Parts: sequence; C-alpha cells; structure tokens
Amino acid sequence: MSATAPPREAVEVRRSAEGLELELTGAWSAREVAAIEAALAAVDVAAAPRVRIATQGITELDLSGAWALRGFVRRARRAGAEVGFRGAPPDQLRLVDATLADEPAGSAAAATAAAPGEPGDRALVAIGRYVVRSGHAMEAGLAFLGRVCATFGASLAHPQRLRPISIARHVYDTGITAMPIVALIAFLISVIIAYMSAQQLRGLGADIYVVDLVTIGVLRELGVLLTSIIVAGRSGSAFAAELGSMKLNEEVDALTATGADPIELLVVPRVLGLTIALPLLTIIADLIGLAGGALLCRYLLEMPLSQYVNRVSESISATTFWVGIIKAPVFALLIATAGCYRGMQVRGSARELGHLVTVAVVQAIFLVIMADALFAVLFMQMKI
Amino acid sequence: MEPVVEVRGLVNRFDGQVVHDQLDMQVQEDEVFGIVGGSGAGKSVLLRTILGLQRPVAGTVRIRGRDITNLSEPELRPIKARYGVAFQEGALYTGLTVLQNVQLPMIEHLALAPDALAGLALLKIRLVGLPADAAGKYPAQLSGGMVKRAAVARALALDPQLLFLDEPTSGLDPVSAAAFDDLVLYLQQHLKLTIVMITHDLDSIFRTCNRVGVIVDKRMESDTLERIVEHPNPWIQAYFHGERARARLGGERGA
Repeated sequence: MSATAPPREAVEVRRSAEGLELELTGAWSAREVAAIEAALAAVDVAAAPRVRIATQGITELDLSGAWALRGFVRRARRAGAEVGFRGAPPDQLRLVDATLADEPAGSAAAATAAAPGEPGDRALVAIGRYVVRSGHAMEAGLAFLGRVCATFGASLAHPQRLRPISIARHVYDTGITAMPIVALIAFLISVIIAYMSAQQLRGLGADIYVVDLVTIGVLRELGVLLTSIIVAGRSGSAFAAELGSMKLNEEVDALTATGADPIELLVVPRVLGLTIALPLLTIIADLIGLAGGALLCRYLLEMPLSQYVNRVSESISATTFWVGIIKAPVFALLIATAGCYRGMQVRGSARELGHLVTVAVVQAIFLVIMADALFAVLFMQMKI
Repeated sequence: MEPVVEVRGLVNRFDGQVVHDQLDMQVQEDEVFGIVGGSGAGKSVLLRTILGLQRPVAGTVRIRGRDITNLSEPELRPIKARYGVAFQEGALYTGLTVLQNVQLPMIEHLALAPDALAGLALLKIRLVGLPADAAGKYPAQLSGGMVKRAAVARALALDPQLLFLDEPTSGLDPVSAAAFDDLVLYLQQHLKLTIVMITHDLDSIFRTCNRVGVIVDKRMESDTLERIVEHPNPWIQAYFHGERARARLGGERGA
C-alpha cells in the first residue's frame, strides 16, 4: 500500500552553469501530491536561465501529479527561465494544459472568493437586508395562514374535500402517539409545583393552598403550555420535515401538476388534525397533572384524597378549565402553520431542509409563548 | 493478466427472493465494460456489492486481486480511494457547491494545501467539460447533464484508475447523452481508465463499450460487443435486435 510506503524524494535537483537539471522520480499521484508540492516549492528557480526536466524516472503519473508539475513549470517560466523536457513532455501534462488552456487568471480563487466591499457598508447592507427580508417573511407567513384559512373555508362547503381519513391519520400521529410523553411531563410538572410550593407553604401552615397552586397552575397555564411545547417539538418538526422532503422530491409539484391543491391536500389536514389533537392532549395533561398533585398531597402532605378533591372543587371556578383549554386550538393553529409553512419553503438542498425544520420548531415555540402572553393580558382585562 | 474487477459465484438474496445466483463477471484493464439487464435484474445490487456497500450471501468480489467481501470498513478505505463512483442521480451533496463536492474526497484522503485543493478540484471540473463558473454553483442550480458531469468530476477527484458509472446517460437528451459518451471515451483514452458502466442506452453501449455483460436469469453472460449481440438467449436477442436496437447494429464503436 502506498499509504504506508516510506516517503520518496520526488525531485532530485542538480545545479550546473547552464541552470537546473530536475530528475523526477517515484509516484507522482494524487496520494503524493502534498509531498510533491512541498518538494517542488523547495526548488529555487530564481537566477536559473534554463530548467531541464527529466520525467523518465516517474513510476506513476496521474493528473494530480501533472497538475503539480504544470504549476512548477509556470512558476519557472514566470521567473524568466527557459523550461524544457528531456524527451517529450508527458501526455498527462499535455492533457492538463489542454484542459486548463483558456483558464482566466486566478479563476480558482475567484470561484471561492467572497464579494469585496467596505466592512462598515457591508454591515449596514446586511442589517438593511435582514430588516427587509424579515418584513417580507412576516408578510409571506400571514399570506400562507390566510391561504390555509381560505382553503379550509372553501372546503367547508364540500365536506368530502376535508379529507377525514387524512385528518384522522394526523390526529393519530400528533395526538395518540404523543399521549405517553405528554402524560409523563404533566405528571412531573405537577410534582414539581406541589413539591416546591409545599416546601414554602408548610412553614406558614398553609399546606392546603398547595392544592390551589397545582390545580390553577396546571389547568390555566402549564397543562396547555407544556403540551404545546412538546407538540411543537414533535409535530411542528415532523410537518416541516415531511413537507420539506416532499418538496425536494418534487411530490408537491406533482400534486400541483395533477390539478390538486397542495394546501388543501397536505396543509389543511395537518392543521385540522393538530387542532383536534392538541385540545385532547391538553385534557389528558390536565387530568394527569391533577392526579399527580393528588398523589403528592397524599404522600407528602398526608392529605386524605377526599380532602384534596374537596379543595380542588373549591379552588377552581367555572372558567378555570376552559381558560386553559380554549388556548389549545389557537396554539395548534400556530404550530401547524409554522411547521407547514417552513416545510413548503424548502427547495434545493438537504441543508435547507434541516435549517427550515429548526426554524419551524423555534418559531412555533416562540409563537405559542407569545400567544400565551397575549391570552394572559386578555384574560386579566376580562377579569376571568 | 489479472482482471481489475472479478466477481465469482456471487449470490444475493433478499427475503427469500434470489437476485443473483452464481453470477460471474470479469473486467479487464483499460476496457469499458457495460452492464446491461432488464429492470429489476439486479444491476444496481451488483454494483452495490462490488462497491462493498452490501455484503453478498455467497461468492467473492475481487478488486485488483483483493477479495473485498470480508473486509472491514477501515480495510476497505484505501481500496475505495482507488476507484471513483458516479451515481445515477449524481448524488451530489446538495449543501455544497460543485467545487466543494469535488474537494470533499480530497480533504478526506489527501493532506493538501488550500491552493492545491482549489486548483486540483477546478482541473477535474474543467476536465469533465464543465465551465469554470459552474464550480461555485450548488447542485440545485445545475441542469441534469451538468449534474452527471459534476458527479464524474467528483468520482475523478482522487485520480482513480477504475471508474464506476451508474446509468450515466439516463434522463439526458440525445445530444447531451452523446456528448457524455464522448466524455467517457475521452477520459478512457487519455487517463487509461477502466470503466464499468451500468446502462440501458443502446447508443451508449455501441459507442463506448468494448465488452458487455448482460444479466439474464440471475447470471451474467459477458462477451465482446460484436459477439454478445449474436448470443442465443431470447432476452439478449430481444434487447439487441428489438425495434429500438435494429437501427444501431450497423454502427461501430467510436464511429
């Protein structure tokens, strides 16, 4: 194996009155190019009127080796030397010359170099571009939401276009399969709240208010919020990845070409499916959260179950549960729209798919939390 | 002379379905060997087995005399560095430019300075007939013919002596396909490559291949192009003497 062979001298240099005599030896192949380049770079061509190159000692010459040789020949010629070969120049060198014959100067660098410009200007331009692009992105996102709503509205008139089977599949994928993780997280969160508040309230002799904290906290805020965040991570990403790879695979174009509307066929069922699944998941999270609270009160505070149930029914008002659950469909709409929108934006590359899936999840979580904040203000104004 | 690629007694089976049964194949130095077969005959499976992407149930695959069927991934690495593969759809890395695609094998296998890396990659890009400004483009910005050429440029990144092409002219218009055949001949003649090519394209076969192996009945019948067309097997007869092939038989390789 050449990889393990000892390094060979690729170039032997003899200096005479007439100039340089180069004896090339060994394998001039792609695997040796780094060593060859180094050996050639060490040859000082300055003040040598003639350079003679003998290639007969080369055991293997491929294009990479020939390319390195060509680089040296050009360097010697630029330095003013007259370069010649003993015998005919190798075929490979002629091939490289022919391939790169019309190469404009520095085109290798040009292919990789970035656009020049003043650093200050560039920063300003970048900020400007970012702002304009963000504006366009927001506009496009709203337009997408509008299209989804319009398509949904139009298909209400023709219920068979709502695709009940597709919706059921998405309820299953986003809802049923998410139940274990949602239940587990709801249980753990209620344990955390109960445990923390019990520590604080015990000192005041106000143990009983642990129940209020768990109940109101889980029902009003945490049940729906945490469920939404889990679902954003699970299903928001899945929507973006599914639609994105369908875009890459030209499946979306194929749908459009057959006269089907991808929004109606792909996006609306996902949005509706999640809008059905998320409130149901929230109910489960609420129930498990309350059960977790009961368990902890029973064993941590030694509160009988009957007392816990009494306290729960005292602490909640008629609206407590509904204030939480009403947010679920709104959050679902935001998560599904963000996921589908980003998925439909994918074109071109696998890297873009990864990027847009990330964006979809981050935006879905951001939108959910922002909407939750708006709900909090709204409910306070409504004195609920 | 020792064959470059030698497959002996190859058996491939998936879920009880036999794809290859005692398949033999030999590719000699400096030839263009065409692999032909009906859809589902196992051409791609054969290629994947030769490339070590898939282990056969039985049989040996020798590349330059070395049996690769039982080698571990690290042992395969130096062997893989000595052949190039251009996949059917190009399989260019979509997140990288053409230049970066060609550079990737070099970065993996050679310790090169950035200048040499850029220069060598550009040489390969120009060699396959792509313009220099294609180097900075992403695969999504290229036409089908350019993607195939870029895939060949990447396959040539390490100056292999053995090149595998999987349906290189499929999906190309006849003019681009003919230009691609010219490229294959040009590379074969100037770089003294051994080329193994899966193809359906009769024009391509008659123009570029010295020998052809046809997968029929889970085995391979291989012979020179002139003799394989006379093979009595009904599928081979149908393939080379069908309506679409008849016009071609007058032509000669490289004519």
